[in-house]
Amino acid sequence: MILDGKCPKGPIQTSWDRHRFDLKLVNPANKRKYKIIMVGTGLAGGAGAASLGELGYNVEAFCYQDSARRAHSIAAQGGINAAKNYPNDGDSIYRLFYDTIKGGDFRAREADVWRLAQVSNNIIDQCVAQGVPFARDYAGYLDNRSFGGAQVSRTFFARGQTGQQLLLGAYSALSRQVNAGTVKMFPRCEMLDLVVVDGEAKGITVRDLITGEVRVHTADAVVLATGGYVNVFYLSTNAMGCSVTAAWKAHKKGAFFANPCYTQIHPTCIPQSGDHQSKLTLMSESLRNDGRCWAPKKKGDNRHPNDIPEEERDYYLERKYPSFGNLAPRDIASRAAKEQCDDGRGVGPGGRGVNLDFSAAIKRVGENTIRERYGNLFEMYEKITDENAYKQPMRMYPAPHYSMGGLWVDYNCESNVPGLFVLGEANFSVHGANRLGASALMQGLADGYFVIPYTIANYLAKTKPGAVTADHPECKKSVEDVLANQKKLLSINGKKTVSEFHRELGKIMWEDVGMARSEETLKDALKKIPVLREEFWKNVKVTGSGAELNQQLENAGRVADFLEFGELMTRDALHRNESCGGHFRVEHQMPDGEAKRDDENYCYVGAWEFKGVDKEPELHKEPLTFENVHLAVRSYK
Amino acid sequence: MSHHDSHGMNLVLHVWRQKGPNEPGKLEQYEAKNVSPDQSFLEMLDEVNEQLIKTGGDPIAFDHDCREGICGMCSQVINGVPHGGQERTTVCQLHMRNFKDGDTIYIEPWKAKAFPIQRDLIVDRTALDKISQAGGYTSAHTGGVADGNAILVPKPSADYAMDAAECIGCGACVAACPNGSAMLYTSAKVAQLAELPQGQAEAAKRVCNMVDALQENGFGNCSNHYECQAACPKGISVKFIARLNREYQKALFK
Ligand SMILES: Cc1cc2nc3c(=O)[nH]c(=O)nc-3n(C[C@H](O)[C@H](O)[C@H](O)COP(=O)(O)OP(=O)(O)OC[C@H]3O[C@@H](n4cnc5c(N)ncnc54)[C@H](O)[C@@H]3O)c2cc1C
Ligand code: SF4
Ligand code: FES
Repeated sequence: MILDGKCPKGPIQTSWDRHRFDLKLVNPANKRKYKIIMVGTGLAGGAGAASLGELGYNVEAFCYQDSARRAHSIAAQGGINAAKNYPNDGDSIYRLFYDTIKGGDFRAREADVWRLAQVSNNIIDQCVAQGVPFARDYAGYLDNRSFGGAQVSRTFFARGQTGQQLLLGAYSALSRQVNAGTVKMFPRCEMLDLVVVDGEAKGITVRDLITGEVRVHTADAVVLATGGYVNVFYLSTNAMGCSVTAAWKAHKKGAFFANPCYTQIHPTCIPQSGDHQSKLTLMSESLRNDGRCWAPKKKGDNRHPNDIPEEERDYYLERKYPSFGNLAPRDIASRAAKEQCDDGRGVGPGGRGVNLDFSAAIKRVGENTIRERYGNLFEMYEKITDENAYKQPMRMYPAPHYSMGGLWVDYNCESNVPGLFVLGEANFSVHGANRLGASALMQGLADGYFVIPYTIANYLAKTKPGAVTADHPECKKSVEDVLANQKKLLSINGKKTVSEFHRELGKIMWEDVGMARSEETLKDALKKIPVLREEFWKNVKVTGSGAELNQQLENAGRVADFLEFGELMTRDALHRNESCGGHFRVEHQMPDGEAKRDDENYCYVGAWEFKGVDKEPELHKEPLTFENVHLAVRSYK
Repeated sequence: MSHHDSHGMNLVLHVWRQKGPNEPGKLEQYEAKNVSPDQSFLEMLDEVNEQLIKTGGDPIAFDHDCREGICGMCSQVINGVPHGGQERTTVCQLHMRNFKDGDTIYIEPWKAKAFPIQRDLIVDRTALDKISQAGGYTSAHTGGVADGNAILVPKPSADYAMDAAECIGCGACVAACPNGSAMLYTSAKVAQLAELPQGQAEAAKRVCNMVDALQENGFGNCSNHYECQAACPKGISVKFIARLNREYQKALFK
């Protein structure tokens, strides 16, 4: 099937405005009759639920944590982009649009990206009005900095806790709606199935994580804003509870999964210290504004970094990419770091690290300024490594961080299942094959504050409110299926723990489907994953019962889904016989090691349709056309 | 390079176990063996749980998510101190290099009237959300707001607001307070919004509503013990409590 993203035609500059005019509206008096389910309360879901509540819809919002404020958006450090051009350094909506398309290595839809760039400015205004304490200069104006992949300063930030502050802004708006009675919050509730009635999304089945109760919630439309899936690698910068479960369950009920192989490996994370490691900690890439990446020129040089003289250091990013230097985009910076280590010039335990050195910046602007900019990051680094980065370089290594792929959606953020909308990291829409720094927060809030409030009305206006209730056979079946799955997990009583399986899967994914992939490793993974999955269903040990708080059971369900999803991700990586952005197939590289795209054959979105576990999924394509940016080789030289 | 060699430690843990809100709870003893100093406290507990599962035991339930000190999910009283007593450190950021071989460690949940225990180390903190819902916001409707630079915020005010806004909503302040008061948490939000021009219009109503919500949700009164500040992993200062009191007085005399 050839998919249609339903983008507005005509000049891109006015596309969103024209589209908004064409969308159907729901009469103010009727809004409260419509019930909308919002799964997830991160930037995308929190902003969406609050805005829909403000409009008068009847919203039910769900998250697995104990409070809406704890979604993993909270962990974003660096900042959020907008095309304000406050510094007068040449930024514009067009430039942000252009940078995002190019940064995504020409694998995103132009119209979606334009809209994102356009509403980026409204986001900043909205957050300021909420009281988000963005950094200010001494005159009281908003401060900006530059961020990976951009030559202008367009990134707004709140110390090293931008995600936290933006999320608390959205949480405050959400709290106001809870107080007003338009939004009902269901924390500690995990979505375990999507209810589809006559082809349309009409509800979800959840498990109350405290009591273990499994029940259905029906609605007129369902919105997923459930975040990303890089925990498929086991070790990643995501929170422990982040999973593909909500998206995967929707996929199994018919929603297409687009570009699952596009994952981002972040260049600056604290290297792993041992086998006990449960997650990896990111150090914001804003550090690359003042830190210089280097590796010793000599292999196996294990002198203390401060004892290695200047001329024996290789500032490899500055050398390879003179115009972007340390600010080269993430995929490029990550691969370059791995190259240094693979070449035997890595530092720290196992040689899996490179230096990020602040001494020059400290000399230039003083330790206090550096402390003001990144104090909390240096503190966090010291807590984990016991090393003082004001006195010696940080050690960094790439780690899985973000998923550009996600459920397929059209320009309205609606999936191919009518009534199912997908926002934020959970959809695939704007970042193509690689996301630029500070643009995920922008996307989450754009989708939540400024897209879904308009586009969902277009669907609702065509539906009768309250058409499906919990006694519908599909609802009953959904609950039965969830309970049966749970019972199966609890009855295996094997020998291996859920974490052991997760670790093993992560190892396969990292080694065979990680930063550098080849036909050979991918085919290998396609053999190993089903074997591991089969073993899981025979040999996993989950203790306790379903009718109580049971963290092992929660985890088992998530890992079971990763074991299915990992295979799809691998299959997608194998089918995409080119390199682009974060998807690096070693067979396809330029002489200098850059990703080599194949626009002739792969300039499309690959969206997969589920056909059953252990069955081959079907690939659908949405061709990508570029009318406003010239399809060109991405160069950061 | 100050990388530690792994020399495993052996520890004795006394952990609070409780099946549910209305069940009796008690401390039970476990051993943590061969713990690496580079392990985090929660990774040490992960290991204990893995062993418990394998031997058919019941793993210890505890809250956690980001494991980098920002989500506010982790919540354990370690040797009597919420978050374990390292300055500006959440449990999840606490590393085992702060303990020595042979140590005995007591691990308990937050204990406060407003936070009923759900299971083992997990408590119900929705009372904190209720305080936010009572007024922890500006009433800015999505859309139709002024340009970000139309509202000038002097840098000292922006910094002051940010200091307050760093609260992660963990509830350690409540757990540390002999009265189980959530004054530090509440004052941080009140102070942030009272300081900023955007929050002025509703300042009086906000502080009154939030203080009322404190009482309605089972929190005790603040009697200036300042245990909260000592326990707070984000260094939220009690100066914000003084600010709340001033804002409250101002509101009453309006
Ligand atoms: C460490 C780190 C630093 C980052 N720094 C930056 C940065 O500086 N700038 C930037 O632009 N981006 C950054 N990012 C990326 C960005 O933070 C995320 O992409 C973005 O916040 C995702 O927001 P979201 O709303 O889509 O999802 P999330 O914030 O992950 O929210 C997901 C929500 O879904 C809920 N949920 C998930 N599954 C279920 C289920 N089955 N049932 C019920 N609820 C469920 C969760 O409870 C949560 O509420 C960073 C990411 C990380 C990990
Ligand atoms: S004030 Fe400190 S201790 Fe209290 S909730 Fe906020 S961060 Fe936690
Ligand atoms: S787990 Fe997030 S703050 Fe500790």
